[in-house]
Amino acid sequence: MYPLKILVSSPGTSLDNKTGSWRSEQKPKFLQKDCIACNMCFIVCPEGCISGEGKNTYIADYDYCKGCGLCVEVCPKNDIVMVEEGEQI
Amino acid sequence: MKKFVEGSHAIAELVAKCRPQVISAYPITPQTHIVEGLAKLVADGKLNAEFINVESEHSAASVVLGGSAAGARTYTATSSQGLLLMAEVIFNIAGMRLPVVLTCANRSVSAPINIWNDHQDSMTVRDSGWIHFYAENIQEAIDLHVIAYKVAEDKRVSLPVLIGIDGYVLTHAFEVVDMPDQDVIDKYLPAFSPVAHLDVDNPLSLGLLGGPDVYIETRYAIEKTMIDALPIIEEASKEYSGLLGRNAGGLVEAYRTEDADTVAIAIGSIVGTIKDVVDDLRAEGKKVGVVKLVTYRPFPKDALIKALGSAKNVLVIEKAVSLGADSPVYADVRSALYGKGNANVEGYVIGLGGRDIPASEIKNIFLNAGKGAENEYVGLNIELLEG
Repeated sequence: MYPLKILVSSPGTSLDNKTGSWRSEQKPKFLQKDCIACNMCFIVCPEGCISGEGKNTYIADYDYCKGCGLCVEVCPKNDIVMVEEGEQI
Repeated sequence: MKKFVEGSHAIAELVAKCRPQVISAYPITPQTHIVEGLAKLVADGKLNAEFINVESEHSAASVVLGGSAAGARTYTATSSQGLLLMAEVIFNIAGMRLPVVLTCANRSVSAPINIWNDHQDSMTVRDSGWIHFYAENIQEAIDLHVIAYKVAEDKRVSLPVLIGIDGYVLTHAFEVVDMPDQDVIDKYLPAFSPVAHLDVDNPLSLGLLGGPDVYIETRYAIEKTMIDALPIIEEASKEYSGLLGRNAGGLVEAYRTEDADTVAIAIGSIVGTIKDVVDDLRAEGKKVGVVKLVTYRPFPKDALIKALGSAKNVLVIEKAVSLGADSPVYADVRSALYGKGNANVEGYVIGLGGRDIPASEIKNIFLNAGKGAENEYVGLNIELLEG
């Protein structure tokens, strides 16, 4: 008995594991007001869960975001802020 | 072809005939001669394999894990502290269902540091999901390596195999062995065809996260495969025996157990001594015999019960301990026999750290059968334990 479905994974299947529930108290909120599309938040995100095309379009995928806050730290326009987990975005 | 050869060199020569593609090991007494032999065969151009030198046993095990995951037939060997250092990877190899073959030149574990023989090292990975074979003599050691590859790589199994070879007693002893010709091995062992392997043209991942939703199934799958492997081991042994024209491998070997009222159970080279004692006692009219566990994991419960017949006394004589509880084989045998007849099962620990096992001590165990020894340490020098 060889549990192929568990032991062998095709490319991209790690996305099946929605790990956003591991996030602790806070999450980033993308204000989309002063964004200059420098792409730094996209580059710095350890989860690779930030996407956007052009100014004021960037968002995080909360299915995977861990709330580390690096995007907030790196944003040169202070256009991303950490908010309480429960806040509606 | 019959030849007079050292145990380690016989294993090296035989493993080379199994055509491993990746070999990695770190030298440790008393295993060293095995990989030294293989390294020489590769260096001399007689074996076309990658021999990867590493800085520790943890790396050696990791290399064969990677090699096997990439679809190569792999081999490693170790002993004692080396196997303990491998332990983390040992569990990974089994969990990833990679058919690595490993020789454990059985040696005690530290502290105190001791390079001599017992079975404490391989017993530490008894529950890791590896199939465990143990050899009585050098002939059996080489036979078991061939069968190990056959069983491990069988797609119905796809599990690693550890072959326990008593350090010094077998690794450094010389014996006349029947070394199979290359064409016999080639006929028996087809090229390794893995269930799944890493391939840049067809990318996939092995050994990833398995959360609470899938983990227990991985363990059940190994458990089930282990049980399913029992007849597969018998089948593989039978096929190889047919090619050799003599018996090789198997689950258990019963020696003079027919009509025996007292039967010993043991693993490894000590069985040779026990057989001699059985012969002596039989000559005196005593109804005694011995059952050798060739396959220890999966535990061949049914084959063992059958081999024991109607024995009234079952004497487990072993070179391993489970400190604070019954020794491993003793506990296994008791568990297997629970509720199956009324045999008196006794347990004896003997020969740890290479302590000599004279025939007279084995004889005493047989002659004292029936007194209900429970995990009794044989031959203790009590003076050493005082104040």
